[in-house]
Amino acid sequence: MSFLISILEQGLIYGILGLGVYITYKILDFPDLTVDGSFPLGAAVTALLITKGVNPFVTLPIAFLVGMCAGAVTGLIHVKAKVRDLLSGIIMMTALWSVNLYIAGTSNVPLFSQNSIFKGNALVEALPKGIKPYATLLIIFVIAAVSKVLLDLYLKTKSGLLLRGVGDNDVLVTSLAKDQGNVKILGLAISNGLVALAGCIFAQEERLFEISMGTGSMVIGLASVIIGTSLLKKLTFIKATLAVFAGSIIYKACVAVALAKFDPKAKNFITAILFLVVLVLSMDRKAKVKKNA
Amino acid sequence: MLEMKNISKYYNPGTVNEMCLFEDFNLKIEEGEFLSIVGSNGSGKTSLLNIICGSIPLEDGQIYVNGKNISKEKEYKRNQMIGRVYQNPSLGTCPNMTILENMSLADNKGKIYGLSRGTNKARTPYYQELLQQLSLGLEDKLNTKVGALSGGQRQAMALLMATMSPIEFLILDEHTAALDPKTAELIMELTDKIVREKKLTTIMVTHNLRYAIEYGNRLIMMHQGEVVLDKKGKEKEEESIENLLDKFNAISIECGN
Repeated sequence: MSFLISILEQGLIYGILGLGVYITYKILDFPDLTVDGSFPLGAAVTALLITKGVNPFVTLPIAFLVGMCAGAVTGLIHVKAKVRDLLSGIIMMTALWSVNLYIAGTSNVPLFSQNSIFKGNALVEALPKGIKPYATLLIIFVIAAVSKVLLDLYLKTKSGLLLRGVGDNDVLVTSLAKDQGNVKILGLAISNGLVALAGCIFAQEERLFEISMGTGSMVIGLASVIIGTSLLKKLTFIKATLAVFAGSIIYKACVAVALAKFDPKAKNFITAILFLVVLVLSMDRKAKVKKNA
Repeated sequence: MLEMKNISKYYNPGTVNEMCLFEDFNLKIEEGEFLSIVGSNGSGKTSLLNIICGSIPLEDGQIYVNGKNISKEKEYKRNQMIGRVYQNPSLGTCPNMTILENMSLADNKGKIYGLSRGTNKARTPYYQELLQQLSLGLEDKLNTKVGALSGGQRQAMALLMATMSPIEFLILDEHTAALDPKTAELIMELTDKIVREKKLTTIMVTHNLRYAIEYGNRLIMMHQGEVVLDKKGKEKEEESIENLLDKFNAISIECGN
């Protein structure tokens, strides 16, 4: 039972990260490696704030905003300095490693004795006794659901339509007298905001900030998006954002089952193989409309 | 009114492959003119449109719109007053979005793309009315993704979307070239209707000499970055396809083709 709960918790947290990757990878068609840096960025900010005694719930919006800033910088590097998309992400990811160390102070900040959104606050205390063992899962679920609904609503606004337009056909967005660069920056900001939010929750769930916790998070996010959207694409009534969560939970379950059978040293190897299998099975790199005008 | 003054455009400047396309090129387009541009490949027709829209940089010269110099303005800013339809039907629409979403995007051109609802239910009848005049049955498929439509249907939508908001210039870049003859005819008729209704100043590049003769009130032929023929009003009406073809052949012989 605790095995299952742990999978669901981790799946939902990485699902929020997956929402961010969904924006860049699926909507903007931008392979954004900033994720590997903005995930621990959210965690570092959280570790700093919580050890300073800030209300744990306040760390959620702050981590989101700090993540947005990181994404916006990646966007500025790409749009204004005209650096290639992949390289802009790598530059930011590299820089964020040091930024995270500066924010957190050291490479490892334990949060075991601190209050968090899961422990030592009025909300958790108020829960009925029967639900208490599931408090962590419940809180993660609520945050994940709110993130998903808000993103769905945003994608239906005029600004959201324009964001989808940029990924679909940037020539049209220019024709609509809008600077497609600014729209891309906005998309990257929202994406990394969600990723940092996931990092914030992850740090509180694991009760730890660790500098290398972001390594491979881009791959996990990508795997969630691809598993979710390609496995569930036949079920058209399921929104892509929901499919991302499903993908993330499926992915976490596969890794957990594999880890139960293999040595923990094999973790990243299993991750890589699983990702490769998913990629080969889905083969959904779409042919894009190229700018030929 | 659009005026191009002393335009110079080089490709690959500063290299051994430097190629001069325009040198001291001048062109004046009056308000309400429907200008057709014909010419062989590489004569600078599409480059001319790209220069007007700001899609490619300019080495020298100025572009004036109603007396205002816009040659330093960014492409997306100029597009505020320009509607453009490309040769490639997929460049004018978003394939992964529905017809309704595409129309809503175009409807909002010139306004702020904020956090209000993207698709406005109250405007749906208006979109349907616009789509109805295409007689392609698109008005009943508002929730279909545009990617599922044929090239002709997409181009028709692209034309509607480009002319939906108030614009001054309509730029047509061989917009019927990728379509079958029947659809091309339909799109051309629709173009003419919209241009008349909205009194748009129009610049159309085409390889179809018949369209160049039949539609519009001014015709120019371009060759190696220069205007070699310019007919307006009555003169243009008397022009015939045979005449144009002769002129075309004369140019090609000069080139040694």
